[in-house]
Amino acid sequence: MVLPVTGGADNESCLMRLLLPPIVIYALRRLLQAVPVIILIMIGTFLLLKLAPGDTVDALVGDMGGADAEFIARLRQEYGLDQPIYVQLWVYMTKLATFDFGWSFVYEQPVSTVLWDRLGTTLLLMATSLSLAFSIGIALGAIAARRAYSLTDNVISTLGLVFYATPSFFLSLMMMLLFSVKLGWLPVGGIKTIAGFYTGWDHVWDVALHLVMPTAALSLIYLSFYLRLMRASVMEVAELDYVRTARAKGASETRLMVHHIMRNALLPVITLLGLQFSTVLGGSVVVETIFTLPGLGSLAYQSVVQRDMNTLMGIIFLCSIIVVVVNFLTDLLYARLDSRIELT
Amino acid sequence: MKTGLKSFTLALAGIAAVGAGGTAQAQEVKKGGTAIVHMISEQRTLNPALRASTGVYNITGKIVEPLIDRGYEGYEPVLATEWSSSDDGLAITVKLREGVRWHDGEAFACDDVAFTAMEMWKPLLNYSSALQANLESVDCTDDHTAVFNYSKPMPLSLFVAAMPDLGHPMPKHLYEGTDILKNEYNTAPVGTGPFKFVEYERGQYVMAVKNEDYWREGFPYLDRIVWRFIKDKSAAAAALEAGEVHESGFNGVSMADVVRLSKDDRFDVGTEGYENNVAHSTVEFNHRNPILADVKVRQAMHHGLNIDYGIETVMRGFAAPGRGPVPKAGGVNYTDDVTVYDYDVEKAKAMLDEAGYPAGDDGIRFKLRHRPAPWGEYTQLWGEYFAQAMKEIGIDVEIQTNDAPGFLNGVYRDHDFDTANGWHQFRSDPAVSTMVWLRSGQPAGTPWTNQFGWKNEEIDQLIDDAASELDVDKRAAMYHEIQRQNQEILPVIFAIEHPFISVTSKKLMNHHNTPRWNSSSWYDLWLDE
Repeated sequence: MVLPVTGGADNESCLMRLLLPPIVIYALRRLLQAVPVIILIMIGTFLLLKLAPGDTVDALVGDMGGADAEFIARLRQEYGLDQPIYVQLWVYMTKLATFDFGWSFVYEQPVSTVLWDRLGTTLLLMATSLSLAFSIGIALGAIAARRAYSLTDNVISTLGLVFYATPSFFLSLMMMLLFSVKLGWLPVGGIKTIAGFYTGWDHVWDVALHLVMPTAALSLIYLSFYLRLMRASVMEVAELDYVRTARAKGASETRLMVHHIMRNALLPVITLLGLQFSTVLGGSVVVETIFTLPGLGSLAYQSVVQRDMNTLMGIIFLCSIIVVVVNFLTDLLYARLDSRIELT
Repeated sequence: MKTGLKSFTLALAGIAAVGAGGTAQAQEVKKGGTAIVHMISEQRTLNPALRASTGVYNITGKIVEPLIDRGYEGYEPVLATEWSSSDDGLAITVKLREGVRWHDGEAFACDDVAFTAMEMWKPLLNYSSALQANLESVDCTDDHTAVFNYSKPMPLSLFVAAMPDLGHPMPKHLYEGTDILKNEYNTAPVGTGPFKFVEYERGQYVMAVKNEDYWREGFPYLDRIVWRFIKDKSAAAAALEAGEVHESGFNGVSMADVVRLSKDDRFDVGTEGYENNVAHSTVEFNHRNPILADVKVRQAMHHGLNIDYGIETVMRGFAAPGRGPVPKAGGVNYTDDVTVYDYDVEKAKAMLDEAGYPAGDDGIRFKLRHRPAPWGEYTQLWGEYFAQAMKEIGIDVEIQTNDAPGFLNGVYRDHDFDTANGWHQFRSDPAVSTMVWLRSGQPAGTPWTNQFGWKNEEIDQLIDDAASELDVDKRAAMYHEIQRQNQEILPVIFAIEHPFISVTSKKLMNHHNTPRWNSSSWYDLWLDE
């Protein structure tokens, strides 16, 4: 995350330091360091996937319920799967170098189109779930910590434990049973009412309705993480000397909490948020599958089952980039929250 | 199962061209509305002339029509109106329907049929490429007469039986001069059917709307059909119950939900409409294993299987015992005059003792590695039952679970198994996709073929002769003989035959009224709401 100070900068970088603000230099260095990491990830994933028995033609033939030998051989040739693995890898990597993700033989579309279509849904779902979980989680965690070992704390902590222990597929199906089948309030799944042809605000409302249950199912799990971590963190910080000093100076409880404790207690929670945000693009396989949301999580799962190499590699590439970017942003946020941390 | 499958009525009787629309109906037909259909898996392509698969037909059947379809009364003319064969079986003449237009307004003509047959059915379409291997050319004697020329006799009954699945013409003007496999219309099909393709949202749905210019006057009734992809079977059952989906076919919900919804009076649950989509649950042997190469051992294992128990517990009664490679849906080519194996544990044990495999001190005679196919609930549970049943007669079966590519490679390419269980899907005629299960000499890596290391020259000869025998009765007699021999020596156990199951909302009217309904055009389907 935070890099150690490197000694002995040469003249060239001194020159750069003069021309560019330090944050840009920092960003550039992080970017350069990310390139070999991403290349290694891509090669490793490629080889790992090749270890799985069978290829996309086998999966396709399985789906179709059969095919004859010539058909299968012709498809392999068409997809370039008759080449040796190192040739396939070379072809893939040279294409990737020009940001060409290749063709998805499952969706019969360019991989970039397939990914782009799914990206929105996943971002929407993950952003709403995470922000909901984060804000409610830290609020509940802080309240629980301030009233530690009281009834309020016990109720909140127990709830957190229950949310944490409930598998999301079970929660999803139970919500579906209650709110869709029994009560008929919410749609069972999908991202919009098909053949509803809503436009404007009706469309927004329609999508929002479809996202209620998946967001709830996902955020309850995340919420329990933040709640537990925040509670522990606040309790720890509250014992520190500077808090006692602030209290002695006559700071009110609210001021103490908002200005003194929260800011420091948030650091580990931000770390967790950063880690979890990195998995945003991975989406949630379970929730996306049950609610038939066309997101990247269910796409990744399908791609493994169908051995859709290009799509899977595309998702992994996107994910690695997001991880690099989010790590960078997390570091910036650290520096903002705690000015003792320096970016070098 | 309905037994309305009569012998091949090859002469054209003009039956059912108007379909159910002409028959008396209790209720007045309501026009309009959107039917929403559940599909478990996404389709890679929507071109039925490139992919022979029920998943593809379930969608494209409404958009692209075949030359001939199958009804309960026999074969029905769709884009073809008449068909006949020359005496030597080398030329089949098909008269085409006049006044039919593709969805883009171009006229449908013989050129389209000739182009599709030579450029797709023969070289590119799975199963069809074997079926049409001897197709030399298709001549258009006029705009609406196509003559299929073969280098070896092609039985008319086989040609006709294959057409509902393997006989979809595609528009030549949209495919000629393009890379057919990458043609954009493969996922946005243009056909002549009652519904026109609108859009395919990956991961969500496919939508089609009413074709106002459809050649059957007054049809279709529906305004729109939407196919929704729901991977999770429990979520699909919830969508049915919430009224968001009207039909789920091809066992799209779990068997527990099938049983539950069959007691719910909002739904019709059953196997009607799948008489032509029948599959066997199999037990496959690797005859390279010397123990399994012994016919006595295979017969003993069959005696150790309680087929009725399997039908009741795994298929919840929606199935029947298998009688060899051809299911009842095979019509004249089917016979039940074959050896059957009663469930008899003691007899099975005695036969294994006799074969020279007595039980050891731990009660185990020998061990087998079993690969169950991952084709859903039936095959997984059937594989587990097989292992349990074998344990009772002293055979220790170790199950090796695998996903689809793993299974297909493990069994059909690498032959790395002792026993396996999967599906055999019957496609109207034994010559289409059934006899390859028994014919020796199939190249390794071809799924659902004889990769069992088993060879019988007499049966090979029978299979080859039947494929080009023009006399319907003689041909049927050959298939009966193959079934009898199969049941005697059991190279493969075709243990249970089962159609698929649909759960259908009672709001849908005229549903499941043909033997391959989910693949058919639904021109007479309407919605009562």
